[in-house]
Amino acid sequence: MKKNLTAWLCLLPALAFLLVFMVYPLVDVFVYSFEEGYNFASQSYFGVGLYNYDYVLHDPYFIQALKNTFIIVIITVPLSTGIALFISLELSNIKALRDFFQTVYFLPYVTNTLAVGLVFMILFKKTPYSDGLVNILIQLFGGKGVDFIDGPYWAKMFVMCFYTIWIVMPFKILILTSALASVNPMYYKAAKVDDTPPFRVFYKITLPMISPMVFYLVITGFIGAFKAYSDEVALFGTDLNAAGMNTIVGYVYDMLYGNSGGYPSYASAAALILFAIVFTITTINLMVSRKTVFYS
Amino acid sequence: MKIVLEHLTKRFPNRNKKIKDEVIAVSDFNFTIPDGKLVGLLGPSGCGKSTALNLICGLEKPTEGKIYFEDLDVTDLEPEKRGVGLVFQNYALYPHLTVRENIRFPLENLRGENKLTREVMEEKVLEAARLVQIDELLDRKPNEMSGGQQQRVAIARALVKMPKVLLLDEPLSNLDARLRLQTREEIKRIQTETGITTVFVTHDQEEAMSISDIIVVMKDGVLQQMGKPQEIYDEPINLFVAKFLGTPQINVFEGYIRDEKAYIGDAVVMDAKGAGDGDVYVAVRPEGFIVDENGPLACNFINREVMGRDTSVIASNEHFLGENIRAIIPSEEEVVPVEGCVRFSLKPHKVRLFDKIIEERIRTES
Ligand SMILES: Nc1ncnc2c1ncn2[C@@H]1O[C@H](COP(=O)(O)OP(=O)(O)OP(=O)(O)O)[C@@H](O)[C@H]1O
Ligand SMILES: [Mg+2]
Repeated sequence: MKKNLTAWLCLLPALAFLLVFMVYPLVDVFVYSFEEGYNFASQSYFGVGLYNYDYVLHDPYFIQALKNTFIIVIITVPLSTGIALFISLELSNIKALRDFFQTVYFLPYVTNTLAVGLVFMILFKKTPYSDGLVNILIQLFGGKGVDFIDGPYWAKMFVMCFYTIWIVMPFKILILTSALASVNPMYYKAAKVDDTPPFRVFYKITLPMISPMVFYLVITGFIGAFKAYSDEVALFGTDLNAAGMNTIVGYVYDMLYGNSGGYPSYASAAALILFAIVFTITTINLMVSRKTVFYS
Repeated sequence: MKIVLEHLTKRFPNRNKKIKDEVIAVSDFNFTIPDGKLVGLLGPSGCGKSTALNLICGLEKPTEGKIYFEDLDVTDLEPEKRGVGLVFQNYALYPHLTVRENIRFPLENLRGENKLTREVMEEKVLEAARLVQIDELLDRKPNEMSGGQQQRVAIARALVKMPKVLLLDEPLSNLDARLRLQTREEIKRIQTETGITTVFVTHDQEEAMSISDIIVVMKDGVLQQMGKPQEIYDEPINLFVAKFLGTPQINVFEGYIRDEKAYIGDAVVMDAKGAGDGDVYVAVRPEGFIVDENGPLACNFINREVMGRDTSVIASNEHFLGENIRAIIPSEEEVVPVEGCVRFSLKPHKVRLFDKIIEERIRTES
């Protein structure tokens, strides 16, 4: 009992912080989202109900943000994980220059998002002086240039996904290369003696062995992609609604502080909708993983 | 299948890159493993046993020399083309697959004309499982089984394709003493039943002695002696082999030969007909001592350990190398030390003489 008390006492500061900075705001957001016509200045509201949710779900900007977010999630999470897995496999196969390549692949991770955004601008943006490197290349091969930053939706979405994948890949490669390195080589030797074809080695041995890490990357990948915002700003500027490239988090931010801001109730409702989505997806992920992920 | 090794040598670049010297893991092996025999590859840790085994199975390529399976030169053949079954020291069972899936794994790799149907695979899996007596456990995962059971699964997986050669790398080292005894009998039984040429690596001389048809003793990559267990025990070619085989260890005294007699100190312990004068090691098996009040070898009595069937007499002597002399005598025999002294005479066929410098056996006429 006494031991217990000491433990609780030691935990107290951490618990206090959690309460003040995590639990209280969460509850607050929850409450806000049901208060109709909340006014920041007077801290007053008309009534309680689902009006905020109704508004948000019928706001074309929110619908656009929802659509963008889902497209980004569905495209970038599998692609980035898949490509990272491929690169990690290749990396663990080469012996010479492995450290060099590992550093190269890790560089984007330690580079600032905005700096990477700038590079992407140079590559993709059309200006009065230049069509951008990628367009020049397209034209060189006889294609028709397109404005990736201010042009059609699909072009913008392409750059957006490309950029997101580029940003998240280094971390995934880092995790996967170390996961691959931790697989005991004797399994590969056993497989070799048994004349196992390479694809089967990958599918039957490597993949199950690293499945906890892959699963970790998929879960955090989903959560991260659903919370996308800063990458969009880096590419398309702060007025994401005008660019048609807003995300849910971006919408929340705009509702709080943007030009059309000052609506904490709408922001809270949108935030809770995002929470519900992420929660559902993560739960589904966990359920699927119970069948497929192998923990030794 | 007969396995022939010809001048087989494997050198590794030193792991410590600053040192230029290469490590010679296997040095100029020349011997033939006869068809259908169980061969124990015996040696202390780091002497190159695993390397030798890996050379035979093809996971390592020799620096020099050739390997033949019967008349076929397999030196440059990849492991999967050699048709060997390999059991790893830690079994290397795939932990995410059930026992059934583990044993079936090699069969599923068969392609082209060798491809098997589901039913045939299932039959072969069952057959292999029955052979190692784990057919009740087919739906378990490896971590739900004891070490000995995992061991048998590993053997079943290696056997399921009916390889012509079965290679086992320290298969028993992870088991407790009782299971080790049981499993080594099991390996012997399986080998006898299948008649597959089997090479099994161990650093435990007792294990090698008890189940091998032939023992190959090696040290620092060099082959020391090859032969039947009893032969090697009785006629060790050098001091290393004499000391390595047998528990308790052989008792080694410093001695010399004068006028065709072997001496320990002033005591003449045996005849050494045909041997030249010089310093020698006199090595006596524990069972080679006879308690004899008129015996030539006087030792200080220390202790007596009764172990049921026989008794260990612990004693010391100034010419003895190492801690204490350990003599084993039948437990009916009385040991009566006189003023702390016990005298022994020696059984000549349990005493071996070794040259003091090159440590090789000195043969005497008898
Ligand atoms: N891949 C390698 N690179 C460099 N040296 C190696 C390599 N493999 C083995 N060696 C060296 O070769 C020697 C023999 O190694 P090996 O593994 O064959 O010994 P072992 O008899 O199986 O020992 P143990 O009983 O401990 O398993 C050792 O000195 C070891 O350090
Ligand atoms: Mg070894």
